[in-house]
Amino acid sequence: MPDKKLKRVDLIFSEDCGYKDVLAESLKMSNEKILQEILDSGLRGRGGAGFPTGLKWKFTSQEPGDEKYVVCNADEGEPGTFKDREILSRVPLKVFGGMAVCGKVIGAKHGYIYLRGEYQFLKADLEKALDEFHASLKESGFDFQIHILMGSGAYICGEESALFESMEGKRGEPRNKPPYPTIAGFRSKPTVINNVETLVYSFMICRIGAKKFQELGTADSRGSKVFSISGDTPIAGIYELELGMSLEDFVEEFGDGDTKAVQVGGAAGFCVPRKKFKDTIIGFEGVPTGGSMMLFNSSRSMYNVLKNYVEFFEEESCGQCTPCRVGCQQLKKGIEAVKKGDKSAHYLETLQKLAETMKVTSKCGLGQSVANSFSSIVDNFKEEMIY
Amino acid sequence: MPEIKELVKGLADKHGRTRESLLPILQGIISEERFISDAAMTEVARELDMSAALVYGTATFYSFLDTKPRGKYVIRVCRTITCDMKGKKQIVKTLEDLLKVNVGETTKDNKFTLLETNCLGWCHKGPAMLINDEAYTELTEEKVSEIIGDYMKNK
Ligand SMILES: Cc1cc2nc3c(=O)[nH]c(=O)nc-3n(C[C@H](O)[C@H](O)[C@H](O)COP(=O)(O)O)c2cc1C
Ligand code: SF4
Ligand code: FES
Repeated sequence: MPDKKLKRVDLIFSEDCGYKDVLAESLKMSNEKILQEILDSGLRGRGGAGFPTGLKWKFTSQEPGDEKYVVCNADEGEPGTFKDREILSRVPLKVFGGMAVCGKVIGAKHGYIYLRGEYQFLKADLEKALDEFHASLKESGFDFQIHILMGSGAYICGEESALFESMEGKRGEPRNKPPYPTIAGFRSKPTVINNVETLVYSFMICRIGAKKFQELGTADSRGSKVFSISGDTPIAGIYELELGMSLEDFVEEFGDGDTKAVQVGGAAGFCVPRKKFKDTIIGFEGVPTGGSMMLFNSSRSMYNVLKNYVEFFEEESCGQCTPCRVGCQQLKKGIEAVKKGDKSAHYLETLQKLAETMKVTSKCGLGQSVANSFSSIVDNFKEEMIY
Repeated sequence: MPEIKELVKGLADKHGRTRESLLPILQGIISEERFISDAAMTEVARELDMSAALVYGTATFYSFLDTKPRGKYVIRVCRTITCDMKGKKQIVKTLEDLLKVNVGETTKDNKFTLLETNCLGWCHKGPAMLINDEAYTELTEEKVSEIIGDYMKNK
């Protein structure tokens, strides 16, 4: 049972942070101390997978060699997510600050922001902010440079190894893992890749300390998180909330009074129907999310929702491995055939088995996560798939 | 085509001539020409001393690196679910009527290409679209008519 109530938090966008002072102070702190703070805070990646940020930084700092990189993942392609755009446009200096602190800890001289092509319009302002930031770094005497690279409309490039391939000027096809980025990332060198929001939290932890951060959230999900809320809600937008609330509380606050389902975590996430709101915790112990929360009211066809997701995956699959490439096509054809009556309702089970097979045999997170939305929508809204 | 040669050379001078320069160069061609022609790809291959197949293979991976002729203004309407729920279909229809093309086509005067794309990161303000790099949100039929009217007249 969730014990946390919905609570708004103001860490990410707080303007009072005085990034210059935080930067100067963090750069004076020892690497051990910073690492300990990030580890103690319990911060986990905000890009979706939730890997402990402190460990990622620690592993990379332990790798030999002096060519290492910090990469900020600003590819934000998950349907229903728009918080990274907002963070980059409102508090870019905090993002850069997080990158610089990470660079200091792991021993990197260069940081890269991989910005999705859809956000090209942000680039000029980011570059202006970067000039200011590089000047502050110079004052602190820390040798670190941040560069911006653009994506070109490929969701898969948000996957970290595909993102490195793209940065290297290649097709954005995911690599085999291991090796992990901490050992061989950009240019096959040790690399920390973090989501935009993760970097800001890291920076804020340097300011407020691990203890303050830890007081928020639950044992598995420390701190707060920025949510992108869209769909059938009268107050769509971006909200920073403490982690660990129940979906019931969330819907109470953001729903339109007629919410029938919430898609938590985007197309790659899970669909939770009304009857499970009460027992669903938003966080790593329940249903995790990179921040995408899409609300659907009872006027919506969940068949249309599922079809839209499957089409999304079919189109964005990089096509490198067969289970994902062919699987997405078959799932789409399959649900259309059931809906039209060309296939019986039992066929949905065959499709669910296919989605499960994709989960275990696909090469990367894209193919592996199709089953999340597929099975949770088919299981909970079977009639809507058939009639 | 001397202009393409000049353009590619200028981009290579700016971004370098390594494999890592390839995407920034292709993106540079897009922002000037809106699409990457066969001639442009051959020229990039020559300038960077790599095979044209490799340039082609890279370009065709990315949905924003169009290799088919496009108009001066490429319109990309978001087709992902929350924009769809907020009336994306009507927006596309309005655009089709105004421009007299279907999705995927370019107007006869080569000024506009109408496309659909996946989530643009404006889901709380759907329906949304991009015209080249510019984002337009909370679209209504009237708003779309105004925007397109402005592009037709003033750009
Ligand atoms: C298909 C796919 C798309 C992804 N897209 C993004 C993205 O747009 N932004 C992001 O931060 N992480 C994305 N990720 C997760 C990254 O691979 C990676 O885990 C993350 O950037 C690590 O940062 P974090 O630890 O700070 O979350 C994606 C993963 C997959 C499989
Ligand atoms: S799972 Fe899909 S996106 Fe990932 S490597 Fe395979 S084909 Fe590409
Ligand atoms: S769903 Fe259209 S911008 Fe995200």
